[in-house]
Amino acid sequence: MSRVLAWVDRRFPLSRLMRESMTEYYAPKNFNFWYFFGSLALLVFAIQVITGIFLLAHYQPSAGKAFDSIQTIMFDVKWGWLIRYIHTTGASFFFIVIYLHMLRGYLYGSYRKPRELLWIVGFVIYVCLMAEAYFGYVLPYGNMSYWGGEVITSIVGAIPYAGPWLASLVRGGFGIGSATLNRFMAFHAVLLPALLGLLVLMHLLALHETGSNNPDGIEIREHPGADGKPLDGIPFHPYYTVKDIFGVGVFLIVFSLVVFYAPTLHGLFIETYNYIPANPLQTPPDVTPAWYLAPYYAMLRAIPEKQLGILVLVLAIVAPFFLPWLDRNPKAKSVRYRPVYLAMVLILVACLLVLGWIGMQPASPSLLPPARLCLALYFLFFVSLPFVSRFEPTRPVPERLRM
Amino acid sequence: MRRLLIIAALALGALPPPAAAEAAPKLEAPHYRFDRATIRRGAELFARRCSACHSVSRIRYARLETDLDMPLGTLRDDIMLPSGAHIHQGMMSAMRPRDAAKWFGVAPPDLTLEARYRGIDWIYTYLKSFYRDVKRPTGFDNRVFKNVAMPDVLEPLQGIRAEDGSVIRKGSVSPQQFDRDVAAITAWLQYTSDPSKLAREALGPWVIGFLALFTLLAYALKRVVWRRVH
Repeated sequence: MSRVLAWVDRRFPLSRLMRESMTEYYAPKNFNFWYFFGSLALLVFAIQVITGIFLLAHYQPSAGKAFDSIQTIMFDVKWGWLIRYIHTTGASFFFIVIYLHMLRGYLYGSYRKPRELLWIVGFVIYVCLMAEAYFGYVLPYGNMSYWGGEVITSIVGAIPYAGPWLASLVRGGFGIGSATLNRFMAFHAVLLPALLGLLVLMHLLALHETGSNNPDGIEIREHPGADGKPLDGIPFHPYYTVKDIFGVGVFLIVFSLVVFYAPTLHGLFIETYNYIPANPLQTPPDVTPAWYLAPYYAMLRAIPEKQLGILVLVLAIVAPFFLPWLDRNPKAKSVRYRPVYLAMVLILVACLLVLGWIGMQPASPSLLPPARLCLALYFLFFVSLPFVSRFEPTRPVPERLRM
Repeated sequence: MRRLLIIAALALGALPPPAAAEAAPKLEAPHYRFDRATIRRGAELFARRCSACHSVSRIRYARLETDLDMPLGTLRDDIMLPSGAHIHQGMMSAMRPRDAAKWFGVAPPDLTLEARYRGIDWIYTYLKSFYRDVKRPTGFDNRVFKNVAMPDVLEPLQGIRAEDGSVIRKGSVSPQQFDRDVAAITAWLQYTSDPSKLAREALGPWVIGFLALFTLLAYALKRVVWRRVH
């Protein structure tokens, strides 16, 4: 065995990679609940790729056959229902896991120096994931797929000057049809997964360069022991591998409960309107997006003017990219020592939850004031952070980690 | 951090429920056990009363034997319509859609996914909500689906009712039996919309049981390994 390993190591840095990223990668020893979601995101990505390959083997990307081919998977393909339910459940759980992972970053200031690029790559992953989910959402070609496809591509069409040209480029014609399904499948099954894989690799490389942040927001590398290893660090393997495996177990139980007992989750994970085939002549009473994109849809609808709404939408997506430079607290990173910042993050989360709920409701004038309030508070978070973070009261940050 | 989770859960719970579609008639939830016996009963009723016009094209006859333990004899004698239907084909109606559209004004829809799209409460309430209306071509209208083209095919069972609910003529079965029959048809359509439900719910405990054991072992392993840190 060791001779085989030596043979490989002279030709490929297998042992070195294992050492640097596993057995001698030192992670802070005080990771809590919030630190499960990075590895879980990787797990869901793998689940989506594997189930996606099986679905791709049966899916037919044309306007006449797409919906039927999905039903063939559900009714006639052996275990097809299981594969598809895992894939649809996986899509929603990908966002649940990623949103919790991002919230962790907000809470503990994980975006702060020296992790700016780690944060930005992570956010690019999130934007790609939204695109990936959107393209996948259109593929089954149910009626909500069709109208969702229509609405989002019309956003592209609202771009000044180049809009109509871009919209017909994205759609492959003047409307959603076979050409759209073909290119969306190319994006969903090839371009974006490849891009996501590359970005995840960059995300991990950046993480291992800077080392992980932790709930205290203290740099463990600033307190090395006599052997040069961080005093508060423990090797990722075996400590966090066994801990993450336990997290995987709990996650898969929750995941299976949905797959086996409530795969549509009352229309939240698979929409009711996607059980009728795409029909260009019949608009569903309310075109609402999947829950994970609903906050953005609420923002879009909160602004009466279409192009201004799209500008606000783009700003809302771009704003978090600047977080590493907006947060200027010189003493602390983590909410553990920043009560005011904690309150701001909680308000931000509450606003996004309310916006998400509003985004899934039928358009109604009575929901405009709360949507606008939440939208204003969302931007207020980013606008006020540079000032608040500089002057906010900060509790004394300990020298070393608290367990 | 636990406090955060509680706050988030409370915030979600505090949101008002989604607005209902305006002036929709109140739907009644059926009471039935989603088991093979109920679904088989629904299948028989469906074959006798509904499948002359409605297909459930995604359900192949052979499935009823494997999924529902329906004896092949019953399947051939009571379910397979019209004559000449093949056991491995989908359950198609006896009418051609083009003829049906000419006769009823609109082709009767394929009902495979109807329970997914409309919901089981809708189907149950709809089937119970026909009333006498001489102005309609079929002589009946429906409270849940105004100006419906479908005739009241369950009328021999339910009897005839006026719009205010008063009985014009009694049916051949008691109201309680009629509710059970309609619930069985609803269970059948729930099955056709997602036949995996039977398999899923039978498999679920095994998968989750295995994962629970796995998680328990993983936790024990974690405890052992982490003893060195604490």
